[in-house]
This record gives sequence, C-alpha cells and structure tokens, in this order.
Amino acid sequence: MNLAGKTVRLHDMCLRDGMHAKRHLISVDQMISVASALDEAGIHLIEVTHGDGLGGASINYGFPASTDQEYLQAVVPQMKNARVSALLLPGIGTVEHLHMARDCGVHTLRVATHCTEADVAEQHIGSARKLGLDTVGFLMMAHMVEPEQLLEQGKLMESYGANCIYCTDSAGYMLPDDVTARIGALRAGLEPDTEIGFHGHHNLAMGIANSLAAVEAGADRIDGSAAGLGAGAGNTPLEVFNAVLDRMGVKTGVDVFKLMNVAEDVVVPIMDQLIRVDRDSLIMGYAGVYSSFLLHAKRVGEKYDIASGDILVELGKMKTIGGQEDMIEDVALNMARARRDVKAV
Amino acid sequence: MKVNAALVGSGNIGTDLMMKALRSDWINPVWMVGIDPDSDGLAKAGASGLKTTHEGVDALLDHIGEDDIKIAFDATSAYVHPENSRKLEQRGVLVIDLTPAAIGPYCVPPVNLQEHVGKQEANVNMVSCGGQATIPMVAAVSRVQPVEYAEIVATVASKSAGPGTRKNIDEFTRTTANGLERVGGAGRGKAIIILNPAEPPLIMRDTIHCLTQDDPDQEAIRKSVHDMIREVQKYVPGYRLKNGPVFDGRRVSIFMEVKGLGDYLPEYAGNLDIMTAAALRTGEMFAEEIINGTLQLAAAGA
Repeated sequence: MNLAGKTVRLHDMCLRDGMHAKRHLISVDQMISVASALDEAGIHLIEVTHGDGLGGASINYGFPASTDQEYLQAVVPQMKNARVSALLLPGIGTVEHLHMARDCGVHTLRVATHCTEADVAEQHIGSARKLGLDTVGFLMMAHMVEPEQLLEQGKLMESYGANCIYCTDSAGYMLPDDVTARIGALRAGLEPDTEIGFHGHHNLAMGIANSLAAVEAGADRIDGSAAGLGAGAGNTPLEVFNAVLDRMGVKTGVDVFKLMNVAEDVVVPIMDQLIRVDRDSLIMGYAGVYSSFLLHAKRVGEKYDIASGDILVELGKMKTIGGQEDMIEDVALNMARARRDVKAV
Repeated sequence: MKVNAALVGSGNIGTDLMMKALRSDWINPVWMVGIDPDSDGLAKAGASGLKTTHEGVDALLDHIGEDDIKIAFDATSAYVHPENSRKLEQRGVLVIDLTPAAIGPYCVPPVNLQEHVGKQEANVNMVSCGGQATIPMVAAVSRVQPVEYAEIVATVASKSAGPGTRKNIDEFTRTTANGLERVGGAGRGKAIIILNPAEPPLIMRDTIHCLTQDDPDQEAIRKSVHDMIREVQKYVPGYRLKNGPVFDGRRVSIFMEVKGLGDYLPEYAGNLDIMTAAALRTGEMFAEEIINGTLQLAAAGA
C-alpha cells in the first residue's frame, strides 16, 4: 500500500466516544487535561459531548458527570490550535442543542443517523451549515447497507448542506475490503469538494487496517482516540495509527511521540477498565452489534445473572441499532423469564 | 344518530382513520380532503361512499353547512394545520389535530379526555404517536405518587415514519416531552425516538422510565399500570406490556409493545394506529356531547 504524500486529518474521540467507556462520567477537569494534551500534540479536532451526543443525558444512556454545555464551555477556551466538535443524533438531540454548542464555540457539528435514515437529519444539517459550522453527516452502522445505499444516503446529507460525509463502523464489524468498497463509493459519487471520513471500532482489532484502507480509498478524515478510549473494544488507537501513517509517509501534523505520551500518561490513567478486545466486544464485532451497548449489557447481565455475551448476540439477531439501549434490559428480562419457565417445568 | 365529520389529509393516517371511523357508532365520515388527485386515500374514500376533493381544505368550506359537518380531523402536517384550523373554526367546526402543531390543548383519551368535556374547546391536539403510547403509563405512575422525571424511548419501524415526521423530528421530541409533563404529570419530561429499518418491520416498542420523588409504592404502581393498560386496550387492543414494571431504586421502567389493528396500515405500525384510534375516540366523545347538547359549536359562517 502506497500512501506516501497524502494528508490526513485526525479527529480524536476520547472525550465523546470515550464517554461510553467511562459511563459518561469523565469530569470537567479530566476533559480539560486530555483535550489540552491532545492540542499540544497537534491534534486538529477533538470531540466533546455526551457519548450519545448532545442531549444524550438520560436514564436510557446514562447521566453524565456534567452537562454538554459545562464540558464545552470548559474545554473550548483552553484550546490553542485544536478545534472542538460536537455530535448530535436527531431523535435524541435537537436544533436547540446545536445552537447551544455553537454558542459555546464549537467549530464542527456532526449529525449522526442510522445508515438508512439520513432524511431525519435535514433540519439539523441545514441549521449547522447556516450557522457556518463545519458540518459533517455521520452514517452509523454502515456495515448494514451496501456501498450504493450508503452513497445514496450520503448524497442526501450532502444535499442538506454537509461538507463531509462519514462511513461509521459503529459495530467494529467491517473488514478492510468492506471499508474500501464503502469509502470508494462515497468518493466516486459525492461532489469532489465534499470530504470523506471513516470512524472505526476496534472490536475485531481492525481499527488500524480499516483506517488505512479508508485513506487509500480517499478518506480525508479519520476518527480514533488516544489509547483507544471508546465504546466496545475502543476506537482506532490514534497514537498507533499516527505512528503507522508517519512510517508510511502520510502527513498528519501530529507529533508521534507527544501523542504516545498523551495516550500513556493522560488517557490510560483515567480508564475504569482496560480497553481491549474482550469476549463481549469481540462478540459485538463478530455479530455486528452497536459498540455502545457493551457496558450496559455487562451491568444488566450482572443484575439478572445472564451472560452479557448472550444478551449481545440476541440484540444482534433482533437487528437493533444505535440508540436502542432500552432493549438490553428488555432482552435480559425475557431471558430471565425463559429460564424461570424452564425451571418451573 | 351520528355526527358528520370531515377527514382532512388523505395520507396514511387520514385513510386509516377513515376505516376506523366507518365503524363508529358516533361519527359519520362524510368528506375526505386531499391535495393529490392520485392519492390512494382519496380513491379508497370515494369507494367507501365519502365525498372527496383533491383541492385542499378550501374546497371543503362551501359544503360545511349543507353537509352539516361538525367535526374535522386534521391529519395533514404541522406546517399546514394552523391555516386549516383557522378556516374550519371560523365556520364552527371542532378540529381534532393529529399533527404536531399543537395549537389546542393535548388530549390523551384514557388520561384526560374527561377534562375536555364541557370546555367548549375549538381545537384539541393528539400530541404524538409516542405520546399516545407512553403518556398513559407516566400518568399511571404519577397518579400513585409524584414523578420527578419521565423519559420515554419510542422505537418505530422506518417504514411507518412518513416524510412529515422525518422532516421535523424535533417536533416529535419536543411535543412528546411537553405531553409527558402536562398530561403525564411528570415534573420534567424527555422523549427519544428511534427509527429502525429492520425487515420484517418491527412492531412499535415504547420504554417508559419514571423517577419517582420518593421510594416507589411497588404494589400500587403495578396495579395502576395494569388498570391503565386495560383502558388503552379499549381502543388499541394490541397495547401490550412486554416487561415490567421494573423497580430499581426510584426508577420505574415499563416496556410496552403497540401492535396496530392493521386497518389501512400494517400491524407493525402501532404508532400510527394508536394516533388514529385515540383521535377517533376523542371525536366520539365530542360527538356524544354534541348530540346530547352539552357542546354547542359556534354558528356556521359566523
């Protein structure tokens, strides 16, 4: 693979996707220290939001340590060069949340929908673009559709005003050829000045390989997080990816050693558990389950004494998608009842 | 004796509502109003003996007097509803609003239908599909003890979410959250909607979480929830408790499924069915009032 001479923009997810791995309890001080260290290392774009995006604070997804507004107001003014992005899922967050984020000084607004539902994002993408924000359309669980369908949905988001379209492997299910096909389709079919991005999860340990495939197929932006702090087995470990890109002659503008230090010295110490491909996250990658379900399934599994892996497999069979965290307890309750019925016979 | 009604909007909702209204003991659907001459809804209405027009609500106005239209169901969109409502109200027609425009007070039949009796209201709003499916459960908890916060997750099949919902999904979250507070009785409400494209389409699911102010009275809440479910089942037989109520500290969680009757819309679209069924039930209540003289509409043409 020859990527020499290409330029890639790295987008760090520690303080948004990483919120899932921290049960949304990252403190404002931790946010400031991670973001400042990433800024110092040369990361261009840092996402700061509840794991489920603006307005995600809920019983269903978890109540965060502080509000989105408090996080954004604390982090944005501390940034020397880096810009801050926020995520928004229509159906959870609203245009009012978007205005709040803009007022906090957010540079980039990413509007996320399931890969077949782009048309629910029209008002949010349109509003973000009108406000002059760098506006990204973020198509989640992209493994569930063929490249042509993904392109169709990407075109809708482009028509609403998105200047960048993401192929998002929320389940960490894709293999490099899947990424090549999807990013290739987006690159060939979208306007030449529309940027393309890839967001990976490391559930099958494909984060680096998939991100390289994305760059080769024309992606301009790659998501990852220092030390991989993210849902499931985490995001593409950004310090590793940056080092690989450096070896391959790709320009990122991010210091290889400084980013390693951020991962090791700043991010790893705030982890509640090691971010690794454990059995449950491997099941998610293998069965195509939304990565954010991981800790919810572990907690509910413990409560009802049911293997979390069994719950995740069932959620995969039900074709659940991002946001359906409520079905985790529902599935566990069904399994607990089935077990009781068996015993009663 | 029945009260004559018009159905404004010939889309999925309007057509499903017509099929239900044709079976009503109180409502006689006389007109269906659309804007698309080729709409399936207008064709079905014509075949069922209704008068139809594809020229919008203006074409209906001249016939209100001669056809003695007393009630109109508006299943158009939040953008069009205010103007429709103004024109219809001017001619003394009571408007039942199935759009998220929410000009009039909210109506969730098993919770507050009786409160609308004798108020001489000219417009009532049906909140949202998610609201109709979840507000009764919040009310079932809040009538036992104070609910500090209520949150609902409505998951519907992608195929059952029309362009109106999709273009303005914020309206859904906003209107439903307001309904959880104003009708459900929660101190604060939050609504989440998920559109799932799975095939075959999934039946509507609704999860209701309440945080009670004090420790929940489990026995009383359980009974109240089951009583309320029976009330909803009177007009939506497929309203079913899947799991719960689950008690976890001050959290009370209820997991519902809403299967439709499969009139015009398939059974999985319980979200649309519960709207049309609730709207019809509301209309029937007003029709009863009109017939027995307790509700007097403003004179036509006033």
